[in-house]
Amino acid sequence: MYVYDEYDHQILNQRVAQFRGQTARFLAGELPPEQFLPLRLQNGLYVQRLAPMLRINVPYGMINSTQLRRLAHIARHYDKGYAHVSTRQNFQFNWPDLTEVPDILAELAEVQMHGTQSSGNCVRNTTSDQFAGIAEDEIIDPRPYCEIIRQWSSFHPEFAFLPRKFKIAVTGSTQDRAAVQVHDIGLEIQLNDQGQVGFKVYVGGGLGRTPVIASVIREFLPEEDLLSYLEAILRIYNLQGRRDNKYKARIKILVRALTPEVFAQKVEDEWQHLKDGNNKLTQTEIERAKSFFTAPAYETIDNQKAQAAVDSIAKDNIAFSKWLQRNIRNHKIAGYAAVTLSLKPTGVAPGDVTDTQLEKIADLADQYSFGEARTTHEQNIVLADVKKSDLFALWQACKTAGFATPNIGTITDIICCPGGDFCSLANAKSIPIAEAIQRQFDDLDYVYDLGDIDLNISGCMNACGHHHVGHIGILGVDKSGKEFYQVQLGGSASNDASLGDVLGPSFGADDMPQVIQKLVDVYIENRTEEELFIDTYRRIGATPFKERVYAKAN
Amino acid sequence: MQKLIKDGAIIENSWTLMAKPETDSANVEVASGNIIVPLAVWLAQKNQLQSRSDIGVWLDSDETAEQLGTDANSLALIAVNFPLFMDGRAFSTARLLRERFGFKGELRAIGNLIRDQLCYLRRCGVNAFAFSNPDINLEEALKSLNDFSEYYQASVDQPLPLFRRRA
Repeated sequence: MYVYDEYDHQILNQRVAQFRGQTARFLAGELPPEQFLPLRLQNGLYVQRLAPMLRINVPYGMINSTQLRRLAHIARHYDKGYAHVSTRQNFQFNWPDLTEVPDILAELAEVQMHGTQSSGNCVRNTTSDQFAGIAEDEIIDPRPYCEIIRQWSSFHPEFAFLPRKFKIAVTGSTQDRAAVQVHDIGLEIQLNDQGQVGFKVYVGGGLGRTPVIASVIREFLPEEDLLSYLEAILRIYNLQGRRDNKYKARIKILVRALTPEVFAQKVEDEWQHLKDGNNKLTQTEIERAKSFFTAPAYETIDNQKAQAAVDSIAKDNIAFSKWLQRNIRNHKIAGYAAVTLSLKPTGVAPGDVTDTQLEKIADLADQYSFGEARTTHEQNIVLADVKKSDLFALWQACKTAGFATPNIGTITDIICCPGGDFCSLANAKSIPIAEAIQRQFDDLDYVYDLGDIDLNISGCMNACGHHHVGHIGILGVDKSGKEFYQVQLGGSASNDASLGDVLGPSFGADDMPQVIQKLVDVYIENRTEEELFIDTYRRIGATPFKERVYAKAN
Repeated sequence: MQKLIKDGAIIENSWTLMAKPETDSANVEVASGNIIVPLAVWLAQKNQLQSRSDIGVWLDSDETAEQLGTDANSLALIAVNFPLFMDGRAFSTARLLRERFGFKGELRAIGNLIRDQLCYLRRCGVNAFAFSNPDINLEEALKSLNDFSEYYQASVDQPLPLFRRRA
């Protein structure tokens, strides 16, 4: 992964010093709260319901064992002994003390981490595919480009006071695992007929209270034009995005108001001034970025032998075989596999990890995966480069550490925001709903029979739990002080991105497990052999689901 | 007159800021002496004003560098206004004035900017800072001008992005 040089260190250290000064001025009463607000947000610090929340970037999900141990240390010494993986691949601490945040950021800077622009009206952490570099369907590894974008967007002088937040996602595979069509800018790496590398550029996607699937504004942007084109998009947005109403300030509203065609033309006109300037990427820079993401020292392994050995253990070990079935993914290198550590055991808030678990992940990464791990937007952890011959030992270690829940991609692998238990924006709790649904679906064989189902929960319309793009989406709503839950069906964040349809009137928290059960029953009764939940829903439509769920109420 | 920061020093302000006229811009009287007129007044009275050397123009945040265009080069001073400090359009407008329209004179940020924006504004080509708030301690504010001394991006102060300068 990327390694800081003296320039990166210098810039980040200056940022830490800047925020230390700003915090001191705030505490001394010299910096008014309304002015401190955007400054602290751009360093990752929110003020939440119970305490501040500090969000730490994990650039495009890549993290090493040294960094994991530092996060564990921070969880232990500055927080209550745990951290949370967010739906944008970042880590969040829920209980830091404002006065200690500059020290936390200084400790993080030592291991090349920061909270820079993890919040606020600026360009946020660029996200990507958790299987970048190892996926069999990958065209080009997106991470070097993500790093180039990270550097360009970090401390960008022109774009620190945008109308609203701005999120960029990059995918380099045919299967989109980065949800690029629901980002402000989505980049899909492509090869053109001449074999040149470039990007299909999506703009104006997003969730929140006005969910929109992005529009393509450029079919092929040559790689060297990446930064100048991004700068053109951001400039048009900075100058023309709405600032009169924060709910209409995202770029999706501007793109929709202008139409994608007109927006694209404005970007094109602006870009004509910029494209041959100094931001044009050099091959030297692209190669430099790529040099940090070369293949680790893989061994030459006979895949058939390795697989046969794994199979023979699995044959007599049902639990291990279930784990292989759900938590292991193929690797493009023979004899290797990618392993997902589930942070979704029933009874734990989805995405939460303790300090000792963070250290355990670091140890496992060192022992089995070249010292690196990845966070996923589904709020799990991936060890990307595990030898198949190590899988059994790793599974045993995962069981002890609490990561072996064999539920990846199933209905209990729930994406869930912190909700009303922590977040001051939330209208309703989300974590207890996730747990109640996990308890409803506690029979593993039954859950496996259901196949892949994305169930996403958000505690408010800001949609941090990505409920619009869940096959089943749940949205917490407030009705005269009481918490209710609206259900949406048919969303997807993948290549066939779609927004879910609202099923009907909302339900009380206690009803939710049975509501989800009824939806699943309708699927089971109607599915054909090869259909997943989303396929059946798309084929038969909402009516049978509505009829079942609202039968009694009517 | 209130002091301001220019080119890293605290100096006396020698310019008067003319408010947007309530009546039509073509007939409002522009006083003599260094005066910064609203864009609308400049556009309406350009023929009379362009012979004067003591005219500056200020752009509100919803006015664009393009509206001033190549006129920029005939002016001694251009100001970009912050109606609210969170309104960041001036950052782009400043860069466009410098990089697209080649403006070389004093580029002044006015209005409700805050000191924590000085470094980025300087990077975008602003070289003078006149805070609306008279209580700002300019000596203290000066310290924020150089919060960073190294940068990733190309901008007005450093036209080469770091990737073109890395050894």
